[in-house]
Amino acid sequence: MTEPVTYAYAVLRDIEGLAAALDGVAGVVGAPVRLVRASPGNELAAAVSSVPAQDFQESALRRHLEDLDWLEAVARAHHTVIEALAAHTTVLPLRLATVYLDDRRVETMLGADAQQFSQAMRRLAGHLEWGVKIYVDRQPDVRVTGEAGAAATTEGLSPGRAYLRARRVQRHSRDESYRAARQAAEHVEAIGRDMAAGHARHQLQQGELATGAGENVVNDAYLLAHETAAEFRTRVLDAARGLPGVRIDVTGPWAPYSFASPFGAEGPAPDSAP
Amino acid sequence: MTGVERPPGADPLEQRQVALIDLLDRLLSGGVVLTGDVVLSIADIDLVRISLRALIVSVSARNPSPWETSTRPEDEP
Repeated sequence: MTEPVTYAYAVLRDIEGLAAALDGVAGVVGAPVRLVRASPGNELAAAVSSVPAQDFQESALRRHLEDLDWLEAVARAHHTVIEALAAHTTVLPLRLATVYLDDRRVETMLGADAQQFSQAMRRLAGHLEWGVKIYVDRQPDVRVTGEAGAAATTEGLSPGRAYLRARRVQRHSRDESYRAARQAAEHVEAIGRDMAAGHARHQLQQGELATGAGENVVNDAYLLAHETAAEFRTRVLDAARGLPGVRIDVTGPWAPYSFASPFGAEGPAPDSAP
Repeated sequence: MTGVERPPGADPLEQRQVALIDLLDRLLSGGVVLTGDVVLSIADIDLVRISLRALIVSVSARNPSPWETSTRPEDEP
């Protein structure tokens, strides 16, 4: 139980000075980060940390992953390492909690899939990921009190009729907002087709962690070459102009998390609602 | 674990606090999936994700997309 295991963050192309850039970077559980090469002289490497086996063995990991605080700490540490690496070289981020028994096993993994890794890195070189989220303003609940009620009453409507009218107005405004959001979404996708090297969809954001104001109706990721990113961002943000009730949020740049898989063209897994 | 301190703009990806949900989108459904030695299979990770969603999503089943969004990832070139 006292032997540590090896937590792997990313596969990458090692370049001069990269190991030094990892000095002082705290990985998961605060562990230092180091590089494991596929073989001596090979530029293919993985960024790893030694972590306590008792926290990262199967049953513990399964339990920990259900703990949002633990998950957040690991996710943020993982991300910190990816960002530190991506500032210097092309990285293929690994999915959270990819754990090996020791460094030798990581070397074996690098050697086994070396060709696919190299191909994926060539595809991603000079590119970063940008997130595009589209929101529709939430409609307030209908209440036939206050202004609307007062106005309706002065027009001689009964409370019941006033309520129905308010509902109708609300539904109309809601439909309009969704129509506008759809228009924005199509516009953004057209910009993506024009400029991006890749497009992936993520599940719509809902629930407590979804802190963005409004209802999330698009949660996508685009892969952009460095030199086109600024223009992409500007054009995407502009796609909401003149569309009432629609908001577009651009996040990034991200390391190419959503486009890293070298095995087939799979993006983020398709989801069905639980 | 607040990350490394760097002067702003020193790197293309400067340190900033990203929303946890955006990060989880990428770390739990993106990234390269390798079979490590501690075998949480891909299906298990999906289970984690789904149970997490259950934890943090209260109304997803009753709150579907306003229009039929394809959840199929688009082909990458």
